[in-house]
Amino acid sequence: MPPTYRAMRLLAWAFWVAAAMAAPAQAQEAPAIPGSGSTADHSKFPALKGPFSSGPEVTQACLSCHTEAGDQVMHTLHWTWDYTHAETGQKLGKSSVINSFCGNVGSNEARCTSCHAGYGWTDVRQPPPSDPARVDCLACHDRSGQYAKLDNMAGLPPLEPVPAGAKTITGADARPVDLARVAQSVGAPGRDNCGNCHFYGGGGDNVKHGDLSSALIRPDLATDVHMSPQGGNFTCQTCHVTEDHRVAGSRYAVEAKDIVDTHLLGQPRDAATCESCHGNRPHPVTPTGMKLDDHTDRVACQTCHIPSFARGGVATKTLWDWSTAGKLKDGKPFAEEAFTQSDGQHLHTYLSTKGNFEWAENVVPFYGWFNGTVEYTTAETVFDPSLPVEINRLEGSAGDPDARIWPFKRMAGRQAFDTERNVLLHSQVYGPQTDTAFWTNFDWAKALQAAARYMGTDYSGKFDFVDTRMYWPITHMVAPAEDALKCGACHRPEGRMAGIAGVYIPGTKLPPGGIIGLALLAMVVAGVAGHGLMRLLGRKGKGAHHG
Amino acid sequence: MAERKVLVYTRFNRLWHWSQAASILVLLFTGLRIMGLHGILTFGLAVTIHSVVAVALMLLWVFTAFWLLTTGAWRQFAPRRAGLWQVARFYAWGVFRGEEHPYRKVLRRRHNPLQALAYLALKVLLFPAVLLSGIAYLGYGLWDDLDPSGWVIWAVANIHILTAFAIGSFVVAHVYLLTIGHGFREHVKPMLTGFETVDLTPEQEAYLTAEEPWRLKP
Repeated sequence: MPPTYRAMRLLAWAFWVAAAMAAPAQAQEAPAIPGSGSTADHSKFPALKGPFSSGPEVTQACLSCHTEAGDQVMHTLHWTWDYTHAETGQKLGKSSVINSFCGNVGSNEARCTSCHAGYGWTDVRQPPPSDPARVDCLACHDRSGQYAKLDNMAGLPPLEPVPAGAKTITGADARPVDLARVAQSVGAPGRDNCGNCHFYGGGGDNVKHGDLSSALIRPDLATDVHMSPQGGNFTCQTCHVTEDHRVAGSRYAVEAKDIVDTHLLGQPRDAATCESCHGNRPHPVTPTGMKLDDHTDRVACQTCHIPSFARGGVATKTLWDWSTAGKLKDGKPFAEEAFTQSDGQHLHTYLSTKGNFEWAENVVPFYGWFNGTVEYTTAETVFDPSLPVEINRLEGSAGDPDARIWPFKRMAGRQAFDTERNVLLHSQVYGPQTDTAFWTNFDWAKALQAAARYMGTDYSGKFDFVDTRMYWPITHMVAPAEDALKCGACHRPEGRMAGIAGVYIPGTKLPPGGIIGLALLAMVVAGVAGHGLMRLLGRKGKGAHHG
Repeated sequence: MAERKVLVYTRFNRLWHWSQAASILVLLFTGLRIMGLHGILTFGLAVTIHSVVAVALMLLWVFTAFWLLTTGAWRQFAPRRAGLWQVARFYAWGVFRGEEHPYRKVLRRRHNPLQALAYLALKVLLFPAVLLSGIAYLGYGLWDDLDPSGWVIWAVANIHILTAFAIGSFVVAHVYLLTIGHGFREHVKPMLTGFETVDLTPEQEAYLTAEEPWRLKP
């Protein structure tokens, strides 16, 4: 072999080895933010050289330039977890509501507040810490991809030395965070930053929302046309426009029908709606497009353009039955994994700590009228336990001009309630150091009593479990246009709108005019046939032939 | 009186009739699909064809209305009582006994009185009802904000569907009646060629021979 050939082969070999080694390293990098060209290179700031021994030390360094950032964050829902609904007057927010997943934050703090945008909020009966240095800048602004929050330390990141077996809020093994490196990497949030909390709500990937999963970190075009790097490569705040750290968009007061004139480019907007970019008549001016545009007053964009959720290979939890929790084998908690996700991963269908689960992928949504207002069944709301309890009742009907038909994930639950007072009960599940927490002692009576005492609610001491339903508006995972629902998905008998009342949907059922019309046609056909028959008979009888 | 083959259906008249007939058949077919009564074509394609053909038919009707009014052809459809009873009696009784059709076509009246009345009803009741409800339906996007309860669009849809079935019933009866008398082929032919056997007065015959010879067949 001539030496030049040998050198070229060696070079090629070296190239492939280097490429193979670089690939996994690349995979750990956070996805690049489109157009994130900044005028500041944070690795050049002396304040960020470190070393840092804690999160708040980094925050202090951030605040030395971004003087108002801490104050801004502390006025947002990401910090307060407290929301008073303008229409219903209900006190909502994560610190108050009960949901059909983990239940409630109060009495489970260090675990639940691990996703708080701060450090060390250990009692949600009190407001979060008032020190701006306790704001966690890095959870949202780390662009190194290595920042994480421990899953049970009220928001603290894993630092050297990390306890054995420690996990992060995404369920990954915790590795020590190099705070200086993270601090020098900061930039505008990427999908992964938001996703670390919002993709893993309810205790795992896509458990809660159904349309927010790790599949959105690098989605293919079919999974999310906006967020896919092959598509718009949007970050979350492309739509959830953020001002002074206030992020647009709410699940308590949803902008269910955004009636805006198509805005001029560059015109300010702050509603996280499809219409804020696409307007109210977004389809092409063709016979089909104009007919589709006629739907926008009554049908949310999402209804057709998100044909199913939990796409992209990550299943969502569709049922959580707490009533079966606490079974032990040989005195020990156990797990069953009877659901297999499309990627082959087995998911829990029973845990002694949590009860029974059901999962689903590519789920056809539940459809309902929705005007954006959500009323919660709080710890004070009395209900009829013979019916499934709606954890969050959706307001809106066909007669409500502000309502449109929206897609939802309908979560089925079975949760503890007070059989005397007919209200939902708080539960204390987390508390390794207590003798009351359910996950430690598997004793509902103690866990419910402890939570009631902690939250200061009246509890009769008698409990049972009630079926619950919870609705999650589906608005992410918008499919490419060609994958949108075809007309026939709804315009047919027993189609997707089968449960929708109060609106005329052609093709679903013959209306009275059609029934009378068919009868008229049948009578005319019968009359004509009879007339013809009589002519034939008359002709035979007479033996005559006309014409 | 002389029976002559006379051109009574002008070219536009025939074009109107057949394009309207084809449109109505396409509209009925796609309309039935939209109602869910058959599954040939997708819903979306059926709606598109229905809408496009409806707009084309409306355009045709604009021309037709102009033509009817300016040429005086509308007079063919004006209702009259003379002979009505005899024609009705023929269809209900005489036809079974092999009687001759009592009506003799004349130049100004090529339809029998019952026929003219039926066509008039079609033109002043059914077509306007289906047309106006169809326009309202097609333009729903322009007035939907006035109908938050959805009751009006429901009423519009029902009127549209009921009228469409009435027109369908007309088509059935219309085609059936072609089989009475001289037979189906003989009855369809004039609408293809334009020439119909008509009783002419000597004056009419003389006028046509002199002034419009192409309207007469030898």
